[in-house]
Amino acid sequence: MGSKIEKLLIEFARIHRFMVSFLREAVSPPYEFKEIIRQCYEIGWKSFPLISLTGFIVGFVFTKQSRPSLEEFGATSWLPALISIAIVRALAPLVTALIASGKVGSQIGAELSSMNVTEQIDAMEVSGTNPTKFLVSTRIIATTFMIPVLCFYVAGIGLFGGYLSIIGKDDLSMLAFFTQVFESIAAKDIFAMVIRAVVFGFTIGFASSYVGYYSTKGTEGVGKAANSAVVSSMFLVFVEELLIVQLLALIN
Amino acid sequence: MEKNKVNIDQNETVIHVDDVSKSFGDLHVLRNVDVRLYKGENLVVLGRSGTGKSVLIKLISGLLSPDTGNVRVLGETVNELDDRELRALRQRIGFSFQNSALYDSMTVRENLEFPLVRNKRNLTRAEIDKEVEEVLEGVGLSQAINQMPSELSGGQRKRIGIARTLILRPDIMLYDEPTAGLDPITCLDINSLINEVQERYNTSSIIITHDLACAKMVGDRMVMLLDGKFERQGTFQEIFDTEDKRVKPFYDYNFIV
Repeated sequence: MGSKIEKLLIEFARIHRFMVSFLREAVSPPYEFKEIIRQCYEIGWKSFPLISLTGFIVGFVFTKQSRPSLEEFGATSWLPALISIAIVRALAPLVTALIASGKVGSQIGAELSSMNVTEQIDAMEVSGTNPTKFLVSTRIIATTFMIPVLCFYVAGIGLFGGYLSIIGKDDLSMLAFFTQVFESIAAKDIFAMVIRAVVFGFTIGFASSYVGYYSTKGTEGVGKAANSAVVSSMFLVFVEELLIVQLLALIN
Repeated sequence: MEKNKVNIDQNETVIHVDDVSKSFGDLHVLRNVDVRLYKGENLVVLGRSGTGKSVLIKLISGLLSPDTGNVRVLGETVNELDDRELRALRQRIGFSFQNSALYDSMTVRENLEFPLVRNKRNLTRAEIDKEVEEVLEGVGLSQAINQMPSELSGGQRKRIGIARTLILRPDIMLYDEPTAGLDPITCLDINSLINEVQERYNTSSIIITHDLACAKMVGDRMVMLLDGKFERQGTFQEIFDTEDKRVKPFYDYNFIV
């Protein structure tokens, strides 16, 4: 029991040191702009096909499933409002974060872990360069920046999916649909969505980089790091979602 | 193959490992180890696998910290330096890894540029290109400049690994098993390269190996790690002129069997 607590405390100390190291390297020059842009491309652009499909399906299916409940009260005209609130307040950030945890988290975890196994991180250290700045800061900054961008995109494509689902049964112009959408959501909803996405993006980048950077040696370590990056990112995203919802309820 | 005479200044110690111990859990790898590297010298560290040879050079480069004792490199106590000081010191130490540790997502050119552009930020594009081409030519691999590490052979990877460390013009070179996994002819090439680096760049080097042909070809002096201590040191003849059962099989396997 004692040794478990000791291990846990050591882990917390290491996470703290990793965080401090990231913050120091992220704000201090020289900046690795080229690598940040490359990571944004890897994380953002390459996730577009998967994110597009998922966002569209979520919007389409959610609308389809919500229709019968509203039909009971003769309130199908509220569908655009319902979809927009659901997507902007909850679904877009959560779906983006979960997809990114799987795709981006596993990629970062496996990549850093295999660099660790093949001593490439040690090679950077002994050549007088800073692996935290080049490998970790760039990835965390890229996820923190790109997840909100992807989140806006998921919201848009999810709403489009919802619109297509509606016009399967009702006659509604796109202009009328989006007018209702924008009337239903407030600026604070958009703001909350951005905050969520930023927090989730940072979490995915940080957790995945941490497990990859400190993975155990060997090929088994690479597999474990990739797996652990996904699991820990998803778990933290759900915990944060719960906390953010409580916090927003308090503020409201 | 005889090694050329080089100037070794025994009055100037560039590395002093002073009474260092290092354990991993219950495993005591190094026990009160003492060793010095003199300026201009090639020191070979011999020993069985798992005896702590690589741990020694990781302590010297600051990748690991000693449990007790001090490691002094170029006048600085490595285990007392902060991050920035350690990074500055590391620019003067070249570390050639056993598996080369090339950055596999970068071309050879990018591998060589990586430490250069991050440590010497005022260099122009032309100067960077010149440095890269010069150091690649030095290891005889100019043609590989745009290749990816995965396209290179084991020997070529070793050479590029050495070139990447040389690009910062280090005072000290640390070679971790430079000939491991290579065929005899490539081993000869790598050994010649190690000697060439010593002569051309005036480096002081520690070479970790259990390849006695390599040790004989590149070493000016040798030490042997036995049970976590340097029990034997001297020239090749002095080391192996013994009936010690921990030492003799080394020689027998390499030169008789």
